[in-house]
Amino acid sequence: MKIHEYQAKRLLREAGVAVPESCVARSADEAAAAFESLGGTLAVVKAQIHAGGRGKGTLRENTEQHGVQLVRSGQEAAEVAGALLGSHLITVQTGAKGQQINQVLIEAGCDIARELYLGIVVDRSLARPVLMVSSAGGMNIETVAAETPELIYKEAFDRDAGLDAYQARKLSQRLELTGPSVSSAVRFMQKLCRVFVENDCSLVEINPLVVTGEGELMALDAKMTFDDNALFRHADNKALRDLAEEDPSEIRAGDAGLSYVKLEGSIGCLVNGAGLAMSTMDLIKLHGGEPANFLDVGGGANVEQVTEAFNILLGDAHVKAVLVNIFGGIMRCTTIASAVVEAYKSVGFNVPLVVRLEGTEVDEGRNILAQSGVDIITAVDLTDAAKKVVAAVG
Amino acid sequence: MSILVDKNTRVLCQGITGHTGEFHTRGCLEYGTQVVAGCTPGKGGQTVAGVPVFNTVLEAVEQTGADATMIYVPPPFTADAILEAVDAEIGVIVAITEGIPILDMVRVYEKVKRSGSVLIGPNCPGLITPDECKIGILPGYIHKKGPVGVISRSGTLTYEAVWQLSNLGLGQSTCIGLGGDPIVGMSFVDLLKLFGADDSTEAILMMGEIGGTAEEEAAALVADQIDKPVAAFIAGRTAPPGKRMGHAGAIISGGKGTAVEKVAALEGAGIVVAESPADMGLAVKRAMEKSGCC
Repeated sequence: MKIHEYQAKRLLREAGVAVPESCVARSADEAAAAFESLGGTLAVVKAQIHAGGRGKGTLRENTEQHGVQLVRSGQEAAEVAGALLGSHLITVQTGAKGQQINQVLIEAGCDIARELYLGIVVDRSLARPVLMVSSAGGMNIETVAAETPELIYKEAFDRDAGLDAYQARKLSQRLELTGPSVSSAVRFMQKLCRVFVENDCSLVEINPLVVTGEGELMALDAKMTFDDNALFRHADNKALRDLAEEDPSEIRAGDAGLSYVKLEGSIGCLVNGAGLAMSTMDLIKLHGGEPANFLDVGGGANVEQVTEAFNILLGDAHVKAVLVNIFGGIMRCTTIASAVVEAYKSVGFNVPLVVRLEGTEVDEGRNILAQSGVDIITAVDLTDAAKKVVAAVG
Repeated sequence: MSILVDKNTRVLCQGITGHTGEFHTRGCLEYGTQVVAGCTPGKGGQTVAGVPVFNTVLEAVEQTGADATMIYVPPPFTADAILEAVDAEIGVIVAITEGIPILDMVRVYEKVKRSGSVLIGPNCPGLITPDECKIGILPGYIHKKGPVGVISRSGTLTYEAVWQLSNLGLGQSTCIGLGGDPIVGMSFVDLLKLFGADDSTEAILMMGEIGGTAEEEAAALVADQIDKPVAAFIAGRTAPPGKRMGHAGAIISGGKGTAVEKVAALEGAGIVVAESPADMGLAVKRAMEKSGCC
């Protein structure tokens, strides 16, 4: 689960991790007031969306306006906020339509001596959380990782004991920090690792982590992503979810207990099992089609879920045909066939539907489809299913 | 032969009094698995499907000699259930549950590694040695006894592959579902080594997917140590970056873990990779013919 920069910074502030002073604004007036309340001569107005690359990003409505801008007065803050709020920011991570900006962060300017990078993830092969740092701050870390991986230093740490001070000192030396910056860095790193574990994060990223003119470390940007599987024990973090940042059909699918990812193609898919669902997308592509989505209906698909799934698939205007691909193990083909027929009837299909069944009670399941009286195209195997659905798109 | 489980395995079911636990205990018993005990704290003394229920895993082991366990315990408590099984020195621990917090698995992984137990999963369908022992939720009837070892990160995709293999007359020695989470117990590498040493396994089929580096590590092991023919299929060539595709572990992160990279690594190790999920069984056949064995 993603959260906004301003929410991440609030969490960090509460945990004693150094972040600049800031206020959230949802109107031009609030932005002006925020500037005044910060009391300085320089502030930054930052669009708050769940995507990175905001600084370089520009508004769909006005390509002169970037997602992050320096302002020197309350008036200027109001003007920039007014331009950003309600507009759509296009960044390298948003796609061509961009993301609507519903709030901005007005942040006190700070004296930047250096920009570093700091990130924490769980390393899957080590099965441990890892702190990564780099002196290449303020840049795309994936580019750094690809081109100059030697500039990234890592320390795996114990989930329960946290980052040891000697590890933080070692990384500080790699970053060529000296004097009082070292103890500031050690405190910062240890606290951040604790925040990561205490909040059950899957990612914490501070880019850039600045060293100020006074040698203090401060998080100029903050990105935090929570492990979805752990939200059950973080009700307060769960409440930070911003539905406006998510795709409506994905929200609807989640509410129905379906696993759904929207793509760009014209063939809707409904499958039982994530691996099989991914393979079905691949299968369609292999035969010249483009999948419109990933959808795993899970092991207990009933009429309600199949109906809701069909509604979501057909709600996508790009969908020109639908493929249902089921391997019934514990789930019986008769159950899914009946569900498909009933859902088909209630939803009102206006595009071709291809159904491929295999597994438990397959013959009876196919029979149910054949005798349903509705126009469902049955496929005998995976290849046949792919060919038929691609042909149905035309 | 087989690996990990056979007709002598004595299975405990943790979470047996829950709906899923009971349903699948019945399924395993029907298959012929020796499910000898169940465990749900507070429900000791009950019987489910004829199986005695205990309050603790230790008591279940002491009373019945259970040496494997299948865990159907909800996510907030699954890590604890795994640790309890490790503590009771159960050799094979199969965690079916989906939804365990990743930092819980960080803790569990460490403890399992230092113990004499092996963990399969979590978020997996289980494992099966056909005609002998089924532990988990896999449909027993599609499996046939034979020479192919199957290792997969998936559930229903595995059943597709097994179905294809069985129809080609290529039965399975043991099939294991590794699980769809980013941190799991046994990996492709661990199981390839076991299959490599198992006399009844003549060929191996791996089914992987996007996310992580498990397949790349497997490829390196195969190139280095495995003489038997290996085939593979990787799901998720069309998956977009940064999106979780159902499985918590199926995510292309920071540009890493793509299907294309995995396929390249596997083919580089001489593994026959099926291009279509319709051809997984055929890929095994091709690999066996290519190696001139069997």
